[in-house]
Amino acid sequence: MRMPRLRRVITSIAVLALVLPVTSVADAQSKGTIKIATQSPLSGGQAVLGEGIKLGTQLAVDKMKGNLEKMGYKVDFVPFDDQAKPDVGVANAKNIIADKDIMVVIGHLNSGVAIPSSEVYKEVTLAMISPANTNPVVTDRNYPNVNRVCGRDDVQGVVGSEFAHGTLKVKSAYIVHDKTQYGQSIAEFFKADAEKKGVKVVGFEGTEEKSNFDPLLTPIKAKNPDIIYFGGIYDQGAPFFKQAREKGIKSKFMGPDGMDSSDLTKIAGKAVVGMNYTSAAGPASALPKAKAFVDDFKKKFSKNPEPYAAEAYDATVIAIKAIEEVAKTGKMSREAVSTAVRKTKLAGITGDIAFDGKGDRLKAQYFVLTVASDNPEKWGDNKIVKQLTIAPPAAK
Amino acid sequence: MDFEILIGIFPQVLLDGITLGFMYALIALGYTMVYGVLEFINFAHSEIFVIGAFVGVELLLSFKAAGWLDVLPWALVLLIILVAGMLVSGTVAVVIERTAYRPLRHAPRLIPLISAIGVSFFLQDVIRLFESLWRNSFNLVYPTMDVLNHRFELTETIDVSVKSVVVIVMALLMLWGLYTLVNRTKVGKAIRAVAEDQAAASLMGINVNRIISLTFLIGGAMGGGAGVLFGVQYSLINPYTGFIPGLKAFTAAVLGGIGNVPGAMLGGLVLGLLEAFAASYLSLLTGGAFGAEYKDIFAFSILILILIFRPKGLLGEIVRERA
Repeated sequence: MRMPRLRRVITSIAVLALVLPVTSVADAQSKGTIKIATQSPLSGGQAVLGEGIKLGTQLAVDKMKGNLEKMGYKVDFVPFDDQAKPDVGVANAKNIIADKDIMVVIGHLNSGVAIPSSEVYKEVTLAMISPANTNPVVTDRNYPNVNRVCGRDDVQGVVGSEFAHGTLKVKSAYIVHDKTQYGQSIAEFFKADAEKKGVKVVGFEGTEEKSNFDPLLTPIKAKNPDIIYFGGIYDQGAPFFKQAREKGIKSKFMGPDGMDSSDLTKIAGKAVVGMNYTSAAGPASALPKAKAFVDDFKKKFSKNPEPYAAEAYDATVIAIKAIEEVAKTGKMSREAVSTAVRKTKLAGITGDIAFDGKGDRLKAQYFVLTVASDNPEKWGDNKIVKQLTIAPPAAK
Repeated sequence: MDFEILIGIFPQVLLDGITLGFMYALIALGYTMVYGVLEFINFAHSEIFVIGAFVGVELLLSFKAAGWLDVLPWALVLLIILVAGMLVSGTVAVVIERTAYRPLRHAPRLIPLISAIGVSFFLQDVIRLFESLWRNSFNLVYPTMDVLNHRFELTETIDVSVKSVVVIVMALLMLWGLYTLVNRTKVGKAIRAVAEDQAAASLMGINVNRIISLTFLIGGAMGGGAGVLFGVQYSLINPYTGFIPGLKAFTAAVLGGIGNVPGAMLGGLVLGLLEAFAASYLSLLTGGAFGAEYKDIFAFSILILILIFRPKGLLGEIVRERA
């Protein structure tokens, strides 16, 4: 492995020659680069939502980076594709913490990916602001760097069962989940609260199946529940509901915010019209302050913002504000940014945002929506039938 | 109450299992025929299957865009997409054999196997790339044809959809066609001869390379047809959809006795039924302790048991020593 001395000297001179002018020029002009990363699925079955998070962040970076640039920083936006897979998310996270310029991560879409990835961010106290991860564990670990601008599943599941019991007056429920950390736990929250309210849970099943739901649906049809709750994401929920209707099942359908994507109607069509889903992130069209955001988004990317794009936007604005605060002190560090994020308050497009001690959003909003049309273009027209503002449960 | 359900859903589960089983049987044929002539597992077969499904959905979507879906009789539409899927998949299979397997025919056995796995990954991403450029979409949905979703109610809990009937009838026709081809025609005789002994077959004036290409064509066409039927039945497909059905069909081929055509059909049916019954009955019978998610573990445990007692598969024969 030893290099001859002369060659070593030459190599180091060459390296110095390459590096020196660049750094000195950079020092003269700017204080360095600040990168804002996103992690969300950009390929695969959930890419529609993941892309929304990426674009929401990009829009916010482009709009808000002016101040930081005036202070002499170069601001870059770096999207990562976590493919909705925990192993990919963690591998990306390791690359992210290795890049010293990255000061904040906006992501992820899936709680099952966010939880292991945030363990990596925590090693270097890199701030993560999640636009979409609703699993309680995300913040219940009390990490100083992990925050979210959306609600929690233990509340969302209860909102769902309350609506099913109180408004839809169901007496029996069949619950199916996708066996992920997100889907299974929200299904369990729904089940626990439904049972408490006296709704009879006639079945509770997990499945990783993606195409053939026949054998699962036959017992459901025989038991004929008033409502079927699917704890999971639309790429699995949509064919499930579609095949259920095709099989002649007449039960009502319900799901959590994982159903909140125009792809649900693209895949399931008429089968899901009229079904209810809960959300910890309201549709941008329903948010009074989001109109300018929706217009900008359409102008820039020529498509409608998917759910979580507005949340990603707000999360990014918080991140940039926090970085500005740190920049004013002159000592840019990941720890300082994490501390600043936790303290930042924002009157955002999704409402007032402030974090509690463990990174949950104070006054998170929860919605129950009804699918209005089988046309995926009209996903934004889905009606809000119930809206609640609930504080997160106290830390355990 | 629960006992009534157990009995009540039995015919429905049986029917679902048979539909699924025929699907597996059609895919399994591709594995078993190639193994019969080359003694090699074509792991790219699951992608050949998916290509059929994609050809079907692309045609249906363009028919729909042109407004033909409401004009043409549905049986004709189905026939067109089925034949197109079979043709394209069969051709792709032949091309794969020509480019990725034939140059390696005399290499050690593991080499073409690795080549097959490589082709499989390659095709997955080619389909993904094509669909994301062409339709900017990962999941594709078969357009609904109302006729196909019509259901005949037999009893209150049991009904048959036109779709399942179509799938079963089409599968039976394809299987019957294949069986006749292999056992009653001259070409079939040539295929069997090549399977038995390539050198001797070529001495008898059989063009071995052409017969091998033909085998890939037939196996690929069966897989492509299965892909179209899969799409019609379950409606949602993506570039990676083929992996699990492919793996299960391969298992079905081994269960039936790999290299044996009726064996692949039987293996497919047994596996489909096992899976359907496990998924529907496990949670009912165990009071929820084991749910539908254990269906594969249950089905595959039974497979292991069968193979312990019949290592050559249900209809497998002892492979003769080669001269």
